[in-house]
Amino acid sequence: MQRHFEQGILDGVRVLEVGGEIGAWCGKLMGDVGADVIKVEPPTGDPTRAYEPFYENEPGPDRSLFFWHYNTSKRSVTLDLEQDGGREVFMRLAAQADVVVDSHPPGYMDSIGLGYEAISKETPGLVMASITPFGQSGPYSDYASTDLTALALGGPVWSCGYDDHSIPPVRGGGNQAYHIVCHFAIMGVLTALIHRQFTGIGQYIDANMHAAANVTTEGASINWLVAEDTVQRQTGRHASVVPTADGQALCRDGRYVNVGIGARTEEQWIHLLSWLQEEGLIEDLGEFLDYPSREAMRRGDREAREQQRRVAEVMRELARRTDADVLFKRAQALGFQWGIVNSPEDVLEDPHFQARGFPVEVEHPDLGKSFVYAGAPYQFPESPWAISRRPPLLGEHNREVYVDELGMSTEELQNF
Amino acid sequence: MCDFTGQLAGAGATRVLAAFGAQVIRVEDRLRQGQWDIFRGNGPWMDDRRGINLGGTFNNHNIEKLGVTLDMRKPKAKAILEELISVSDAVTENFSKGVLDRWGLSYEEMVKIKPDIIYVSNCGFGHVGPYSEYKTWGPIVQAVSGLTFQSGLPDMPPAGWGYSYMNHTGGYLMAIALLMALYHRHRTGVGQWIDMSCTDGAAALNGPAILDYTVNGNPARRPGNPNSNRSIYPKMAPHGIYRCEGDDNWVGISVRNDDDWAALCEVIGADGMASDSKLATVDGRIEHHDAIDERIEAWTSVRSPMQAMEALQARGVPAGAVQRPVDRIDNDPNTKEWGLFPTVEHQAMGKVRVDGMPIKLSETPARIKKGGPTLGQHNQEVFAEVLGIEQATVDALTEEGVF
Repeated sequence: MQRHFEQGILDGVRVLEVGGEIGAWCGKLMGDVGADVIKVEPPTGDPTRAYEPFYENEPGPDRSLFFWHYNTSKRSVTLDLEQDGGREVFMRLAAQADVVVDSHPPGYMDSIGLGYEAISKETPGLVMASITPFGQSGPYSDYASTDLTALALGGPVWSCGYDDHSIPPVRGGGNQAYHIVCHFAIMGVLTALIHRQFTGIGQYIDANMHAAANVTTEGASINWLVAEDTVQRQTGRHASVVPTADGQALCRDGRYVNVGIGARTEEQWIHLLSWLQEEGLIEDLGEFLDYPSREAMRRGDREAREQQRRVAEVMRELARRTDADVLFKRAQALGFQWGIVNSPEDVLEDPHFQARGFPVEVEHPDLGKSFVYAGAPYQFPESPWAISRRPPLLGEHNREVYVDELGMSTEELQNF
Repeated sequence: MCDFTGQLAGAGATRVLAAFGAQVIRVEDRLRQGQWDIFRGNGPWMDDRRGINLGGTFNNHNIEKLGVTLDMRKPKAKAILEELISVSDAVTENFSKGVLDRWGLSYEEMVKIKPDIIYVSNCGFGHVGPYSEYKTWGPIVQAVSGLTFQSGLPDMPPAGWGYSYMNHTGGYLMAIALLMALYHRHRTGVGQWIDMSCTDGAAALNGPAILDYTVNGNPARRPGNPNSNRSIYPKMAPHGIYRCEGDDNWVGISVRNDDDWAALCEVIGADGMASDSKLATVDGRIEHHDAIDERIEAWTSVRSPMQAMEALQARGVPAGAVQRPVDRIDNDPNTKEWGLFPTVEHQAMGKVRVDGMPIKLSETPARIKKGGPTLGQHNQEVFAEVLGIEQATVDALTEEGVF
């Protein structure tokens, strides 16, 4: 039995990606595991080519680092879908594709004759996913949306921020609304591809970013659905119906460590006491030297809550005397679920992420350089995740796709 | 699917497959009443009843799954588990590193039982690397990966995520990896092991910030950063969350470009700002962001979030009320029309609402009708019918406490 794959897990799957910024992560997730993802861009280029940050801080269609990150392992062709000729070419591309990922506004592809029904007429196995802010229909479907407004209206923002509610709630950083809806869209696409393996039939997927954020709020939804309770935001920890103790500690070096969950066994508690002894902090615990009873904690007894608060205070003092990295590693060695608050660049320097090969170098031959990119979200040791090529230059693959693969003449190519 | 997952980072993955029709058989430990999963027998509760089968979160994360119990301390249990694996397409777990190895069921052993098995093991830091023995839950994954750092306001501690965002997302990524492996297996006939680390998955969500550092040398750890209510990737201004009328009411507003800016100024009646050439470009607006924010808040603070949102949306400016759970679940017209929160029938709880599916598949729609399994609810169905064990043997093994 052959157990090693040179190619990625989606090798042989061809994806067309069209539309706006929302769907790019979905295409990248497929491209980085071997799918052939063709990004179909308007002749002026995908709008995110104009997004900050830029290579050497200089704008230019091939210099957006935002575009770079979301478009690795893809090919780029330009095509004007507003023209009849462009639409004909799109139909030919679709006839050779397995998947179309579309993030135009709802109804746009239908309005130009490239809706699912039209493009799948000759290829009933085609899978198409439309990714939009509010789904294809409904009262908000024409509303404008960004990551911030999606996370506000969809619910995550309500749960994030600070204990002090005179400060606005906070959007979790990094354009996560786009990630959330793309995660659902690709689950739909893969489910559809598996279904097609058994039946030969493709299907249409309507992915709704507002709904996706709305089911990605954990306890906020469940507390309402089950008990009609409303969680309240708290600094650096879970929003909660009943307030909980502060879980973040500022360390000697100015960095933070999440110290949310302490000793969960009596053995861990004893280790903690000896650490506090070493630091001269044992007296600060006062009368609370016994291992806190989990039952009492669960019941939320007053004394248990008082102990929890006192322990948290002592932990914060311990942190003030210790560098974050030291605190994190020693606590973990004792079995505590603590975590250092890294910045994105700290991650690249961290030996754990390095040992896992998370920072990956990608060559940009046109610039004569290579750069370190974010790596694999999951590892398939036998059919590896890999950035197979740097993000494409605008229209870089027009000749390859239109002439070599679709068989157009070089003259026809002039029209693009 | 032979499913050992729990919490949300694991159970959330097999939840999606169950909703799309996979037969997910959740294996729990009778002796510990399945409480390896902290949500088993924990609130929120729908009424005054308490108990191992009545927790709202467990139900939400385990809809449409079958549940069996097996005591792996008993030697006979291993043979049953091997039978279950032999009829499964995948084995899924999010234990700490090494639990299945201790049962003698490493991936190598599983392959002997089912040559094309897919095995997904999801743990906070993965199975390789210096932190692989470290203990995690959502907030730790978020802290170590950089996500917590990126969420907050300047000169404040990290706000982070007010929930285990990475337990949701770790589950999504696990489901994605599993579906990819199933697709690949159907095509090639070969299964594989997938090493999932939630922390890797989380770190991969910071791509543009990582490149800004590796390519341009701009670290995220710099004065004035982060300010995650503003937008630097891409640059937009004004961009923020603004106070509205009433207690703890807010609206999010994003001005993407100069057209949005002109429209916003008109809606809020800021003629002076509209004609101010210093504010005509995004860079100018970023420079004067605080002054602009004050002017916007003068307008929002005498309106409800919905009034503000509707007035701006009428002119095409992205705006979204910061909705409370009741708003977005019970009173939101888009949610209602989508049918986002279905009611399931749970054996012990009765009828209860759960998170639905934000994707609609035209041929194979999601099905969310059955609640999460009570402890051992499907022992008979799975052991007798799926595995075909004789009834007398099922009864005897139940008696012996193997099931």
